[in-house]
Amino acid sequence: MMDTKTADKNLERRQVALDLKDLNVHYETPEGDVIAANNVSLKIFRGEILGLVGESGCGKTTTAMAILRLVQPPGRVTKGSVVVREEVDIFNLDDQELRSARWKEIALIPQGAMNSLNPVMRIRDQIADVIRAHDGMHAKSELKERIAELLHVVGLPSRVGALYPHELSGGMKQRVCIAMSIALQPTLVVADEPTSALDVIVQRVVAQTLLDIREKFGMSILIIGHDISLIAQLVDRIAVMYAGNLVEVSPLKKIVEEPLHPYTKLLIESIPSITEKKPMRFSSGITHDLRNPPPGCVFQSRCDQVMDICHKVVPPLLEVDSDLQVACHLYGNDE
Amino acid sequence: MNEPLLQIKKLTKVYGSGLTKNKNTLVALQDFELTIPKEPAKIIAIAGESGSGKTTLANLVLGLTMPTSGEIFFRGKDVLDMDRKERKDYTRHVQAVFQDPYSVYNPFYPVKHIFDIALRNFKLAESRSQENELIEEALNMVGMQSQEILHKFPHQLSGGQRQRLMVARAYLLKPNLIVADEPVSMVDASLRATILDIMQKLRDDRVISILYVTHDLSTAYQIADEIYLLYQGSTVERGEVTEVIDNPKHPYVQALIDSIPDIKQKWSGEITALDDEQLRTRSDSGCRFYYRCPYRMDRCLEKKPELISVGKADHHASCHLYSDPPD
Repeated sequence: MMDTKTADKNLERRQVALDLKDLNVHYETPEGDVIAANNVSLKIFRGEILGLVGESGCGKTTTAMAILRLVQPPGRVTKGSVVVREEVDIFNLDDQELRSARWKEIALIPQGAMNSLNPVMRIRDQIADVIRAHDGMHAKSELKERIAELLHVVGLPSRVGALYPHELSGGMKQRVCIAMSIALQPTLVVADEPTSALDVIVQRVVAQTLLDIREKFGMSILIIGHDISLIAQLVDRIAVMYAGNLVEVSPLKKIVEEPLHPYTKLLIESIPSITEKKPMRFSSGITHDLRNPPPGCVFQSRCDQVMDICHKVVPPLLEVDSDLQVACHLYGNDE
Repeated sequence: MNEPLLQIKKLTKVYGSGLTKNKNTLVALQDFELTIPKEPAKIIAIAGESGSGKTTLANLVLGLTMPTSGEIFFRGKDVLDMDRKERKDYTRHVQAVFQDPYSVYNPFYPVKHIFDIALRNFKLAESRSQENELIEEALNMVGMQSQEILHKFPHQLSGGQRQRLMVARAYLLKPNLIVADEPVSMVDASLRATILDIMQKLRDDRVISILYVTHDLSTAYQIADEIYLLYQGSTVERGEVTEVIDNPKHPYVQALIDSIPDIKQKWSGEITALDDEQLRTRSDSGCRFYYRCPYRMDRCLEKKPELISVGKADHHASCHLYSDPPD
C-alpha cells in the first residue's frame, strides 16, 4: 500500500509547476555589471516545497524577483525563461497578462512582509483588493465569507479582518500575508524569508501555516532563507546558491546526511547545535568581486578541496539523478 | 573581599511614564539582578525574544539609557554616581559591539578612523608608532593584518570583516567587559564561527568578560558559561548554560528550546497559535507567562514567582511549579 502511495505522489510531483531556465540577472554599476544570477536553472514540481538557501548577496532574492518579473533597474534579466505549469511563459506576457498572472499563477510573500501591508487600510479591505482585482466584483456577503475563510486557513480569527496592521503582532501580520498569497490559489507561492525577524516560537507557528496551506491546496512553495535548519523543517528539496550560481540541488535528507558540494558542507557544519558542544567550522577567504568572477569555479577562493581544474573550468551543474544536481569538479567523470 | 566586576541590583526600566503620569507604561526590565566576578572572565548570555528587555539591559549597562530604579556597580562603584573622571574610565573599560556592522561606520572615512578616534579620545598612545603598534595588535587578535585592511573603506569589506573590526576596536581599549548586542545575527552563517571564536579567545586569553545579548540559544549554548533568559522584562531562568539548556525548568524556556529548529530532526507535534491580546499583560502582579503557560495554576495570577533554586550549581527559575504551595 505504501508503494502505491509513494508512486502516486511521485507521479503527481513530476508535474512541473515552475520551470526556470538559464536565468541571468545583472545589476549595472559604474565599474561593470554585478552578476547576481548566473545561468540559474531550477524545476519545482507540483505540491513541492523547495528551499533556496545561501548567504546574503548570493542572489537568492534576485532569483525570486526575476521569477515574478520584479527585477528593478539597475538590475535586468539578460537571459532566461520562466514557465509556469508548462504553459505560461512569464517573460513573454504583455503588461495586462502579467498583471493577471501575478497572484493567480505566482504569488509573492515579500521579505519583511509585515511591513508590506498598507497601514491605513483594514486587513479585510486589503485582501478584498486582491480578490477584486483578479476575480472581478463579488457580492459583499460572498467576499466577506471568503475573507473569513482565508483568515481561518492561516489560523486567525475572522475579527482580525476588521483590524489595522499596527494592531497585529509580527507573526499575525505574516500570516495575513500568507492568507493574501493564497487568496487566488496560485500554482506557486514564493516566500522570501517568511520567518526572519520573528521569535522562534512565532517562527514555528508561521512555518506550520505554510505547511498547512500546502496540505490543503497542494500548491508549490519556493521558500528563500538563510537559516538552513529552519528551512529543513519545511522543504522537500534544497537548492544552495553561492555568488549567483546554483551549486547544489538535493533532497532534504540527502543534503543533511551527505552534502556533496564543499560549500554545502561548510554551510551544514557551521550550524551551531543545541544538543552537543563542538568546535565550530571556520571558513577563510572571501568571496570574489561579483563584477569580476574568476575563471573556473565560483567557490575556488574559499574551497578547501580546490584543485587545478577549478581555476580553469567552470563546473557544470551535473545531474546525479533527476532530483539531485551538483556543480563541482569533485564529482563527475572527467579523467 | 574580592569585589565583583559588575554587579546589577534590582534594575528596573519603565518606558513611557515620565512627568505626564501616562498610564500606558511598559515595564521593559524588572528587578534584574546579575553579578559578574572579576575573575575568571566569563561569557554571560542574555537571551530572550524581541521585547524581552535584553537590549534595554545592554543599553542600561552601557549608560545609553537611565534606569527607573536600581543600581549598577562597576568594580564597587555606583555607575550612576560617578564623577567625570570615573565616568570616562568606565566608558573605556566597558566597550560595546553592536548588531549591525553596516550602520556603525561612517562611510566617508577609511576604517582606520574608528581606531584613531578611540585611541585619541582616551590618549592611549604617545606616538604615531605606538598607535600603530596597538592597532596592529588588536587586528592580530581578530586575525587581520593592518596593511591589508586599514586603508579600506567600509563598503569594500564584508559584514563579517566589519564586525571583526568592531571587536578589534573594542579590544584595542583593553576593556574589562564587552557588551555585545546581537553581534552575529547579521553575519552569514559560514562566517559566524570566526566571531564567536574571537569572543572565546578574548575571554580565555585576555580575561575580558562578555555580556552576550542574543536571541539565538544555539550560539549561546556553544560559547557562553552562564545564561539569563528574559521574558517580558523578568528573568525566568538562569544558570550554567549546559545545565539550563539540557534541562530547562521554566515552561517558557521549555517551549523555546522545543521550537529551535534542528536540521537533523523535524519538529514533533503541533504548536498552537497564541492569542496575542493576552500576551501583553500590563499587571505587575502574577506571572507574566500565565496566559501562555500550559501548567498555569491559580496562584500564578496572585503572586509573581521569585527566582528560586531548581537544580545543581546556580540553576534558578521563577516558576510556582517549583515553589512550595502556601499552606
